[in-house]
Amino acid sequence: MSSLYEVIPPAAGADVPVRRITIEVNGESRTLDVEPRLLLVHLLRQGLNLTGTHSGCDTTSCGACTVLFDGRPLKSCTMFAVMADGHKVETVEGMGSASELHPVQEGFKQEHGLQCGFCTPGMMLAAKALLERNPDPTEDEVRWALSGNLCRCTGYQNIVKSVLWAAEKMRNDQPQEA
Amino acid sequence: MYPSRFAYEAPKTLNEAIAILQANGGEAKILAGGQSLIPMVKLRFASPEVLVDINNIPGLDYMRIDEQGNLRIGALVRHEDLEHSTTLAATHPTLAAAASLVADPIVRTRGTFVGSLCHADPQGDWSATMVALGGHIVAQGPNGRRQIDIREFVLGPFTNALAYNEIAVEAVIPPAKGRPAGSYLKLERRVGDFATASVAVALDMNGATVGRAGCALAGVGGKTIDANDAISVLVGKTLNAESIEAAADAVAEAADPRTDHRGSADYKRHIVKTFVTRILNNIANSEQKAA
Ligand SMILES: Cc1cc2nc3c(=O)[nH]c(=O)nc-3n(C[C@H](O)[C@H](O)[C@H](O)COP(=O)(O)OP(=O)(O)OC[C@H]3O[C@@H](n4cnc5c(N)ncnc54)[C@H](O)[C@@H]3O)c2cc1C
Ligand code: FES
Ligand code: FES
Repeated sequence: MSSLYEVIPPAAGADVPVRRITIEVNGESRTLDVEPRLLLVHLLRQGLNLTGTHSGCDTTSCGACTVLFDGRPLKSCTMFAVMADGHKVETVEGMGSASELHPVQEGFKQEHGLQCGFCTPGMMLAAKALLERNPDPTEDEVRWALSGNLCRCTGYQNIVKSVLWAAEKMRNDQPQEA
Repeated sequence: MYPSRFAYEAPKTLNEAIAILQANGGEAKILAGGQSLIPMVKLRFASPEVLVDINNIPGLDYMRIDEQGNLRIGALVRHEDLEHSTTLAATHPTLAAAASLVADPIVRTRGTFVGSLCHADPQGDWSATMVALGGHIVAQGPNGRRQIDIREFVLGPFTNALAYNEIAVEAVIPPAKGRPAGSYLKLERRVGDFATASVAVALDMNGATVGRAGCALAGVGGKTIDANDAISVLVGKTLNAESIEAAADAVAEAADPRTDHRGSADYKRHIVKTFVTRILNNIANSEQKAA
């Protein structure tokens, strides 16, 4: 792990300072040695092979790299991996599996919320965070919550429908109170 | 993109953090929300030798009203904490109006109010609200704490008044003398863009009369524009078409916009006038409803 950036420029030598961190990624505790300047997105994608987290603009604008950090959405291109020491990170890989989709994933499938799919993991995680805070959002509230995530394909319409679909499904799945 | 190498420190107390700043004599930088600093070091606009992450220092995430009625905002209060506050709109309408206009919702989960003031971006939203509200910063260094008026804190583009060994520990906003009224309006090309022009207005109302009047602008000058003198034409007056126009003209005059890709200087000045008028009209209308 310590060599993640070392391999990009010509070998920097063995004296690269590293720091040991422990983070919980998708429910699993991982202890890793990282160079302080390693970005969280690179740790996830190159270090842990969790390539569902995408890297788009690399300038904190597009939201393709969105993960949940202690449950709140975060642009993982704008945090150093060392800062995640002791924290919980959730990526799209932690949301569900092909046989058991998260309701938000199901919503994107049902309502055609994606085309190329590049923005989709970030969109879904931002949506999941919204629905955890606000189980019954209005269309406006969905648009607002996703306004930090850019999509170049869909025109957003179906993404918003997907999130509203998921919200309804999650409300209906809730055990009804007597 | 990735930054050049730096040493990373994650102190658990303010004293420890200050000692690290002191030991590194100007080569160390505080890392708060990281939403301005990390993009800057990735682009290598800045290459600090040491980053001092203050996110592990407990007790800096408070937002409370003290016994004198001051609002105190600790260094780790995030933009979204202000946005989600259920009480801020009643006590500090200017701050509440700005909260959801800073950056985008994801940046707001991390970026801090105090970090934004320290960053001193001429287009920064919080600096404008602080100048309009007459707030100050509390800085802590090896010799203890001192207060810095926000107008003396933001020195110029990306320059603040902190010494190399000081941390901004909190921002303080004095209580309104009267009923607080005000708002923040911002013109942006899209969500997450910095202001083309924005206006913060904060009034303390005594009945229908304006007690204190504060105003500041972002995006229309080399630093946050202090328009408090300009809007003081309202003090002692009621809000009517005539007083509102006089104030809007005076504030637009205080703007110092430049023509750039976001618009011409004339256009930006016009936006400032329109926003001041709109905010004051809204206050006048709600006064009438309340009466
Ligand atoms: C896509 C995007 C859009 C944005 N749009 C806007 C916008 O519309 N309006 C706006 O106002 N801002 C905007 N921002 C900036 C954002 O508000 C930042 O959060 C803020 O400017 C800096 O706060 P921070 O906590 O992230 O500070 P950091 O990035 O951690 O630090 C910024 C600077 O302040 C110093 N610093 C931070 N905290 C302290 C402290 N307690 N004591 C001493 N020094 C300190 C750091 O050393 C650094 O120099 C945007 C950012 C992004 C990425
Ligand atoms: S890659 Fe992180 S915001 Fe675009
Ligand atoms: S589906 Fe292609 S960017 Fe959103």
